[in-house]
Amino acid sequence: MLKILKYSFYDLMRSRWSYVYFAFYLLLGIVLLFLNNDLSKAVITLMNVIIILVPLIGTIFGVMYYYNSKEFTELLLAQPLKRSSIFLGQYLGVAISLSMSLILGLGLPFVFYGLFESSAIWDFSLLLITGTFLTLIFTALAFNIALSNENKIKGFGYAILLWLFLAVIYDGIFLLVLIGFEEYPLDKVSLIGTMLNPIDLSRTLILLKLDISALLGYTGAIFKQFFGTNYGLIVSFIALSLWVIVPVLRIVYKSKKKDF
Amino acid sequence: MKKLVVFMCVILMTGPIIAQTLEVCKTCAITSVQAAIIQAKAFDTIVVKKGVYKEHNLNVDKPLTIIGRNQPVIDGELKGEIITIISDNVTIDGLMIKNVGTSYTSDYAAIRVKRSKNFTIQNVVLEKLFFGIYVERSSDGKILNNKIIGDAVEEYNSGNGIQLWYSKNIQIENNTVQHVRDGIYLEFSDFCTIKNNLSSLNVRYGLHFMFSNDDVYEDNVFSNNGAGVAVMFSKRIKMYNNLFKDNWGTASYGMLLKEINDAEIIGNTFHDNTIGISIEGSNRIIYKHNNFRNNGWAIKVRGACYTNTFTENNFLYNSFDIAYNSNVNDNTFDRNYWSSYTGYDLNKNGIGDIPYRPVKLFSYIVNRTPETIILLRSMFIDIIDFSEKVSPVFTPDDLLDNNPLMKKAIW
Repeated sequence: MLKILKYSFYDLMRSRWSYVYFAFYLLLGIVLLFLNNDLSKAVITLMNVIIILVPLIGTIFGVMYYYNSKEFTELLLAQPLKRSSIFLGQYLGVAISLSMSLILGLGLPFVFYGLFESSAIWDFSLLLITGTFLTLIFTALAFNIALSNENKIKGFGYAILLWLFLAVIYDGIFLLVLIGFEEYPLDKVSLIGTMLNPIDLSRTLILLKLDISALLGYTGAIFKQFFGTNYGLIVSFIALSLWVIVPVLRIVYKSKKKDF
Repeated sequence: MKKLVVFMCVILMTGPIIAQTLEVCKTCAITSVQAAIIQAKAFDTIVVKKGVYKEHNLNVDKPLTIIGRNQPVIDGELKGEIITIISDNVTIDGLMIKNVGTSYTSDYAAIRVKRSKNFTIQNVVLEKLFFGIYVERSSDGKILNNKIIGDAVEEYNSGNGIQLWYSKNIQIENNTVQHVRDGIYLEFSDFCTIKNNLSSLNVRYGLHFMFSNDDVYEDNVFSNNGAGVAVMFSKRIKMYNNLFKDNWGTASYGMLLKEINDAEIIGNTFHDNTIGISIEGSNRIIYKHNNFRNNGWAIKVRGACYTNTFTENNFLYNSFDIAYNSNVNDNTFDRNYWSSYTGYDLNKNGIGDIPYRPVKLFSYIVNRTPETIILLRSMFIDIIDFSEKVSPVFTPDDLLDNNPLMKKAIW
């Protein structure tokens, strides 16, 4: 598995897209930090990028990589190799190279800006951690979709739809549910609703580090009580990990069953 | 004329000669403040020297000046009220008073001023108190440079730092009030000036007005209170250059206006409050040159607010700039700076060419269903906010800043 991981990783490292992705984050970080004198605003913009763009790029990249390397995968399958190690190796190769572009691309400008001396380091690491989680989650979901769909167009379509659902439509439904049941106590529902969507969960985690005052209002207290404590943080990270583990397990399961 | 001048001089020079000075200390002829007050004649000065005096119920019934040298301590031993002033022209200076009794039936105070004129209370330190300085039916007094540090935890069994009741023309300056129920409380008190005070860490409000008119408060700092300032049922209050910060909590706000008319709110700074200003039933108020920075809600309008004007304020990085709970608007917003304004200025006159809508649809939704706050900064919310901005349905469509500034307002 490690060999395949290494191969996928180097393959991606050589590809143009990783550099474009890396350059994009580098540029974004530099522009935000050095052309904008307000750090708190920069972090908020960064949050928007992380919760919207990272999942999108993870999904598209994952699907694209799977379809592009399909012939090579079929070649590998002819060899005496475990199927799970082939697919997991490829998955990890994509996910790790994407995460690296993200961490380095955003990290470098911030390090040069003097992050280690500032108190924002924890907020920033939380940003990067959730960003990495989102990459892992959405690449895994993309592999799942690609494995289940032979048709490229269909695969891409489902991938985009999945992203659209989790990033936008889910919130719309969530909002409708909250408004529809406004006469009932909703704090538990809203907590669970947030936990179920990795994008919402990441957003809430980051927001509680940044925008606390509004959330602290009358009902915000319960969220603060939950997400603000170590207990909440651990539960949130467990939820995010589950979002990684379950799709990965499905990759393993699906790849064993699949006819090539 | 000359005669009059000579006469005045004589009066001025003989005044201090007639007045005696009595000293109180452990080794003096007079060993208690109580005895000194009884022995003193009108316009005498009592000098209290360093030491601890266990006394309470001191009745100052003649015009006296009581001065503490090196901060003597009057310890009430939690037995009740400590000093009660019932005469005009009394000055209390430099004492430390502590251990006021707590009662659920009467408002014991460290210093109570009753039906008195021209009193001065200055450089006094109050600790372990129920009520601090309680002024009732008095006028023309000064309360200066005092330090009031309570230990209030709950609202129901604590008192206020400085309380005015049916009083007029009182000057309250340079005081520090902490850990009491209301830092400064005015009820039925008109024409008072409250200046340069620091009111922080109080259980309820930093400053509280009830049925008080024509008062001015300026250059005060209100921080970390249950709520900064509550102005209720009052008219013509002037609020200048105060700082409201870190009034933080589930029901906290920098300032609460309830049934306020014709007030002026100019040059204040509100930062890091859950709600900057909460407004209810307030009319004809001028908001000018205020800074709202990093608040949850900069201004929350709860209804029945008419003809208020907001001009040249800075709204910087608040989660919500303005929240309305209805779609009726009779207030004017003009020439403010909004950090979330995204318009352009083609003719470079410093004023944005397209109007700004300070009320977002999301703030309306949050008002209705508070739990939806969990969706703050979600992409879906941005989309519906945008569509509401293009064609307002739920938010007041005439609520616009037609001349939003491109750069921060400086005055």
